[in-house]
Amino acid sequence: MDFSRKDFISLMDMSEEEILYILETAETMKFVLSQKNKKAPYLQGKSVIILFYEKSTRAKLSYELAAQYLSADIVDITIPKVTDQYETINDMGRTIDQMGGDFIICRHPMSGSAKFLAENVQASVINAGDGINEDPSQSLLDLMTIKNEKGTFKGLKVAIIGDVAHSRVTRSNIWGLIKLGAEVCVVGPPTMIPPKIEKFNVKVFYDIKKGIENADVIMTLRYTSDKNSDSQLITLNEYKSFFRLEENFLEYAKDDVIVMHPGAVNRGIEISSRILEGKRFLLDDQITNGVAVRMALLYLLSMRAGVLK
Amino acid sequence: MRKIIKKAFIVSDKYDINKKLDIYISNGTIVKIGENIEPNEETEIVDADGFFVMPGFIDMYCKMCEAGYENKHNIVMISQSAAVGGFTTITSLPNSQPVIDNKTVVEYVYSKTREKSNINMLPYGSMTKECLGKEVTEIGEMIDAGIVAISDGGVPVDDNRLLRNILLYSKMFDVPVITFCLDRQLTGRGVINSGYMSTKMGLEGILREAEDVAVSRNIILAKNTGARLHISHVTTRGAVELVRYGKENGVNVTAGTCPHYFTLSEMAVEGYNTFAKVLPPLRTDDDIKAVKEGIKDGTIDVITSGHTPVSIDKKKTEFDNASFGISGLESAFPVCFSEMVDSGTINIKDMVKLMSSNPAKILGLKNKGYIEEGFDADFIVADLNEKYNIDASSFKSKAKYSPFDGKCVKGRVVKTFVKGNCIYEYGVKC
Repeated sequence: MDFSRKDFISLMDMSEEEILYILETAETMKFVLSQKNKKAPYLQGKSVIILFYEKSTRAKLSYELAAQYLSADIVDITIPKVTDQYETINDMGRTIDQMGGDFIICRHPMSGSAKFLAENVQASVINAGDGINEDPSQSLLDLMTIKNEKGTFKGLKVAIIGDVAHSRVTRSNIWGLIKLGAEVCVVGPPTMIPPKIEKFNVKVFYDIKKGIENADVIMTLRYTSDKNSDSQLITLNEYKSFFRLEENFLEYAKDDVIVMHPGAVNRGIEISSRILEGKRFLLDDQITNGVAVRMALLYLLSMRAGVLK
Repeated sequence: MRKIIKKAFIVSDKYDINKKLDIYISNGTIVKIGENIEPNEETEIVDADGFFVMPGFIDMYCKMCEAGYENKHNIVMISQSAAVGGFTTITSLPNSQPVIDNKTVVEYVYSKTREKSNINMLPYGSMTKECLGKEVTEIGEMIDAGIVAISDGGVPVDDNRLLRNILLYSKMFDVPVITFCLDRQLTGRGVINSGYMSTKMGLEGILREAEDVAVSRNIILAKNTGARLHISHVTTRGAVELVRYGKENGVNVTAGTCPHYFTLSEMAVEGYNTFAKVLPPLRTDDDIKAVKEGIKDGTIDVITSGHTPVSIDKKKTEFDNASFGISGLESAFPVCFSEMVDSGTINIKDMVKLMSSNPAKILGLKNKGYIEEGFDADFIVADLNEKYNIDASSFKSKAKYSPFDGKCVKGRVVKTFVKGNCIYEYGVKC
C-alpha cells in the first residue's frame, strides 16, 4: 500500500489497513533486530530529534535505539517541565525545522500538542504521548504482541483494567482495537472510566471478574497516585483489593488468555507477582516489539517525499 | 440636527411591523413615528425602504479589555466592532487592570469612553475587590459614579456567605447582581465539556453539574434575600430548568446566554479548534435544545454577544494552553437571527426583546430598548433578507477569528445610529 503520511499522530485517524501495514513492516524490522549486527541503512543522513516535555526512560530508550538501528543521527532534548517562560511547541518545532531536523519525536503533557506541532512544521512528527490523549506507538506494540499471539483481531475480547480515563495508551488501544474488529471492555472504578465511553462501543465493568470473563487478552494499567486527578479517590489499598489481577481470576478468562502491561509494573499492585513470573505475561515481547514498531514508523515516514527535501 | 428615517418596518409591539413608517428624530431622541412625516428644509432623509428598524442591541456581557489589556482590545476598536454588530450600548466587565472595583476606576472608564467611543459604554463594578471573591467592594460609591450592575465578570464568587451578603446588601440600591455560574471545584482543570468529545480527544472535561450547582446555589440565595439576581450564561439543560423553577417560584432571577450556546455543540472543538474554546464550554445537542426552549418560553431573558477577545497568540497554541474567549459582537445578530428567527423558533420581536428591551429593563436604562416616541434614537437599520457567509478576517474587532467563520447566515446590519447619529454604514468606511 501507499503510505504517504507525513506524521504519525493518532490511531483515531488511522485506517485498519494502515495499522496492519505498519504492523507488517514492524515484523521485518523485528527480523533486523534479531540479527547479530543490528544495523540497517534506511535513515542514514537523517536526523531524529527526541523532544520530550516529560520525564521518560523506557520510551526514550526504545525510540533512540530504533533510530540508531536505522543509522539515523539523534539529538535528545528533554524539557522536564512546562514553565511560565515556556516557548510554545510550535516555536520549538520551527527552530528544529530550520536546523534541518527530519523527525521530531514528541512527548508533551497537553492533549493535541503533537497534532498542533505537526501542522506547523515540515519535519515528520511522531506522537510519543500527548497529555491524556494518545500514545499511538505504545499501542502499536501492544497490537503487534496480540497479533503475534492470536493471529487476528476479529472477534477477540480485550479487557483493559485500571485508570482508563487518564491513560493515553489505552485511548490509542481502544481506537485501534475497535477498528481492527476486537471487542473492548474496560474495568475500573467509575472515577477511572472516561465519560460516554460506551458511545464508542466499549463495555464498562466495575467488577474485575465480570470484566475479564472469556477475555482473550487482559491489559493492566499502571496505578499512579496523581494528587490532582479524580483517580486518587480510590486508595492504593482498596485498588489492590478490587482491581489487582490475581492468578485465580484467570480462570474466568479464556484458557489461552494473555496478560499485558505498558511497563514499569508496580509489583503486587496491578498484577499479582505470580502472573508476572508466568508464561502468560508478555511484557518482554511488548518491549521488543516496541523497538520494532518504532523502527517501522521511522522507516515508513521517511518514504514520503517531504523528508527528502 | 433632525432626521427622518423613511419607510421602515419598525420592530416594536406598538406599531404594525408590516406597515412602512417614518421616524422623526431630533436632538438624539425619537420625536414622532407615523406615516409620511413631512420633512422641512433642515431635515436629513434616510431612506430605509424595505429595511427593518429595531432598537440598537444592548450587550450585557462584553469584555472591553481597556485598561490593562489593550493588546487584546481597546475602546476604539470595540466600539467599531459593536457598531458593525448592531450594538449601540455595551457594558464592560470589571476584569480590566486595574479592576473596576472602586469609584475612581469607574470615573476613569467613563472619561476614557466619553473621549474615544461613539457608542454607549456602561461599566459594571466588581462585587469583590479585584474580583478575588474575598472582600466586598464599595458598591454604593460605584453606583453613584455610574455603574449599572455589579458583577465579577467571568469569575465566580465561591464563598456562599459572602455572595449571600452581597445579594442582601445590593437590595439597598436595587441593582442587578450579575453572576457567572461555574463551581470551580467541579470545573477543575477542564477545558471542554465533559462527555463524548473530552473522551474522544483526551481533554479534561468541565462537568455540566459545575454550572447547575452554581446556578442552584445562586437561585436559593436570591430567593432568600429577595435580591435581583442575573445569571450571565445559561448553557446546560439543568441550568435552564433551575432558572425556570426559580421564576415559577417567585425568585427575582433573570438569565442570559450567548449565540454559541444555542448553535454550536462540543463537536465544534473537533481537531482541537481553539476558536471554540469558551467558558462555560460548548455543551451537547440536548443542552442546545434546552437553551432554545428556554429562550422560547421566556426562561432566558437575554442574549449577549459573550465578546471575550483574546490575542491570536493565545489561540494559536496547544489547546490546554489556549485562553478561553470568543469574538462575538459582529456575529451575534446574524447568527441569532438565522438560527432563531429565520428558522421559526422565535419571531423578530422576541429577538429584539432578548437583545435590547430586556437588557435595558434589567440594567434600568431608561429610554432605551424600544423604538417609541420619547426614546433615545439608538437603533439599527437591518436587511433581513441578505444571505452571506461570516468572514472573521473582516471583523473590526481586534480578535479576527470565530468558530462561526464561513457559516452561511441571514440578516445584516446596514446602518447603526447612536443618539440619532449614523456611526456605521455597511460598505462605507467609518
